[in-house]
Amino acid sequence: MSVHPMIAALRKHKAGVILIAMQIALTLAIVCNAIFIIYTRVDNVRRPSGLDEANLFLVTQQWVGAPSGDDPDSIAKLDALEREDLAALRAMPDVESVTPTNSVPLLNSSWTGSVALKPGSDLRGGTARTAFYFGDENELATLGVRLVAGRNFTAADVVNRAMRDQRQPSLVIVSKALGDKLFPKGDAVGKAVYFNGDTMPTTIVGEVERLQVPSTSSWSSGFFWDTTIAPIRLNANFSRYLIRTKPGRLEAAMRAVTPTLYKTNPMRVLDDDSVKSFADIRSDAYRADIGMAVLMGIVCLILLAVTAAGIVGLTSFWVGQRHRQIGVRRALGARKIDILHYFQLENLLIAGIGALIGIALAIGLNMVLIKNFEMSRMPIVYVLGGLVVVLLLGQAAVFVPARRASNVPPVVATRSV
Amino acid sequence: MLGYYVDLAVRSLKRSPGLTLLMVLAIGFGVAASMTTYSVFRAVSGDPIPWKSSQLFVPQIDIWGPKGRLDGDNGEPPDAMDYTDAVALMRAHRAKYQSALYRISPSIVPPDPSKHPVSVGGHAVYSEFFAMLDAPFKYGSGWSADSDEQRAAVVVLNSKLNQKLFAGANSVGKTVDIDGKDYRVVGVLDNWNPKPEFYDVVNTGGFTTDQEDVFIPFQRAIDVGMTNDGNTNCSEIPKESGFVGLQKSSCVWIAYMAELDDKAAVAAYKDYLDGYFRDQKQAGRFNWPLNNRLRDLPAWLDSQHVVPSDTKISLVVALGLLVVCLVNTAGLLLAKFLRRSSEIGVRRALGAPRLAIYTQFLIEAGIVGLTGGLLGLFLTWAGVISVGWVLPKEIATLAHVNLSLLVLTLLVAVIATMLAGIYPTFRASRVQPALQLKSN
Repeated sequence: MSVHPMIAALRKHKAGVILIAMQIALTLAIVCNAIFIIYTRVDNVRRPSGLDEANLFLVTQQWVGAPSGDDPDSIAKLDALEREDLAALRAMPDVESVTPTNSVPLLNSSWTGSVALKPGSDLRGGTARTAFYFGDENELATLGVRLVAGRNFTAADVVNRAMRDQRQPSLVIVSKALGDKLFPKGDAVGKAVYFNGDTMPTTIVGEVERLQVPSTSSWSSGFFWDTTIAPIRLNANFSRYLIRTKPGRLEAAMRAVTPTLYKTNPMRVLDDDSVKSFADIRSDAYRADIGMAVLMGIVCLILLAVTAAGIVGLTSFWVGQRHRQIGVRRALGARKIDILHYFQLENLLIAGIGALIGIALAIGLNMVLIKNFEMSRMPIVYVLGGLVVVLLLGQAAVFVPARRASNVPPVVATRSV
Repeated sequence: MLGYYVDLAVRSLKRSPGLTLLMVLAIGFGVAASMTTYSVFRAVSGDPIPWKSSQLFVPQIDIWGPKGRLDGDNGEPPDAMDYTDAVALMRAHRAKYQSALYRISPSIVPPDPSKHPVSVGGHAVYSEFFAMLDAPFKYGSGWSADSDEQRAAVVVLNSKLNQKLFAGANSVGKTVDIDGKDYRVVGVLDNWNPKPEFYDVVNTGGFTTDQEDVFIPFQRAIDVGMTNDGNTNCSEIPKESGFVGLQKSSCVWIAYMAELDDKAAVAAYKDYLDGYFRDQKQAGRFNWPLNNRLRDLPAWLDSQHVVPSDTKISLVVALGLLVVCLVNTAGLLLAKFLRRSSEIGVRRALGAPRLAIYTQFLIEAGIVGLTGGLLGLFLTWAGVISVGWVLPKEIATLAHVNLSLLVLTLLVAVIATMLAGIYPTFRASRVQPALQLKSN
């Protein structure tokens, strides 16, 4: 089939052609950016935290009337309170292991600092940034992270310290990502490093396979897997306990934990947010990402539906307008399939032109988003994917009116309007 | 004549119900998507204190110098203050009103011993805080400057906590047990929860589900060692430990706000701030050039990126959707109008001026817009209700439907559709009567 008469025909409908092409271009531009946003968000949500997340929950509580000072006496009192709680929690029938902790992945409550290979570098400089987790010898088991090198903490390694005590730990376990960043040869275990610009060395005793930082915000994206676990029980007027229950006993343990803690010591604050399953922590952390993905999904659906409807509408109009011509062509020997192909090819031509403009618009829109909203560069595959989608959409939308056109009987040619 | 055109338009729209439905749906969904995202954008980008925002200023002093900056800082000085400088600025008292403030999270023991203690949120502030921010009081008032000096055990409650502790009654003069110490209630705020929480963006990010329950005098909180509940940023490790060590360090954790009523006051305050830096530099504390900031509230909120970028992206994408819907409508209207070329030809031949054709078809477009707008109203309402499913709580709860949003939805629908109808109408008015009559 020759394209030449088709173009000649389209020139008679310039405005309609331009409008459809424009619509397709805009649709392509928005859809591939939206799909890219969806993909990035879903990708965020799907990255594994490194934890064995089932059967895990977190308790955050605050003591009332507990000492607030940093003197040894106050610290001893706070530590006694904390150990009392830990003993009570460990004695619960459904509980497998418990660790005190300052934060957990996805909690968005972070404690960050720097690591350097040399003593006394700037706090904000250093070789790498890292997020700290403070817990006792049960921290690894409770988190469910896998030790890949070195050793775990023993009870003898664990010390207690005031929350605002600035001394660095004497030994730590780091994530493999951080270990490899500091020691690219992969021999971090046994090496000394310096935290937060301190002059006192800290020895790396072990490496865990993977452990995410607490923050899911963009500011932490530079050191997302670079974490440090220190064997320190932090003492403050509040505490956090991460609890792993026996399989399937999560709900029972979560119900029992508040009465257990109140029984140990009633002078404390435990409110609605105090007991949180890890599943809830995860869903809170990624609520915005999932919301954005859903929103973009809805926009894409509306957009594709509207564009498809627009193509159906305008093509139907053209079919109606060319009723007589179609009849003439049929009378002159064109088969039904020729008429069908004519409209399909015509649509392909318009959609193709629109898509070409759309590719430029898509890249432009992506650049605007990068410039203003911290988006990353969209891989070209999204544009190509979008191209295929709009071309297929055009073909699907044109099929019904084109079929109707192909059913125009040749006898129409002999009738006057 | 207008009534006749409306009648004509309705007839014409009824004649091709499929096409009409398509246009109405496109407009309805397009308008609803953009209005729903706009309602969220409006909620988070609104000025929390429009009558005064241009008089409220946030000073920043570059106490860390270049070594304290991270890659993404763009040469910005720290966005909060350390204790030393915050207290020095308070003591100098150069603005009409000013307050250093930090977030606290104490616990309250209810008088009824059978009830468990509760944790509350709030801020330690200076007495001028309430007057500066026009905080509305239901009972009583803020404390006096004397109470600041005397580090008095006084507290201002927000109405929600007052409801919980005193069943909403006037509690001025009663006492509340905060962290084991008795505080006298001097005032109860009338449910004051400005969003964004503009006076402490550094610790709240602007939007938070945390409540503001109590306000106590700043120096009182420092005296009793009520620790800060929020961000602490350090450029070096404090030399001493504990909360006292934090106060002596260069770590930043205190927000600061000042009211400056006119340009002269702003200039004077900027001079004072720069002079303060130079004095400290002379004293050997800093060895880097002056790099202070004094932003008014809107500029400050902007520099802190208080409006989430997700909200802006959604708005941009939704507006794109609206444009596509309009292009779509323009195409369909064009088809619809040109199909009636012969009708136009007859009207023109019988003496109708172009203007009449214009009016007739723009009215038809307007009716499509109005119907689409009505559908859009319903969809916007449904959309705003369901944003709670997809957006974070602290933002979703702010979006709401009100009269201005509804009016705007209708206006956008009608005006946008009529704009989309301009070209098709123009084409319709250009139809040559002779040509049309001949072909029949």
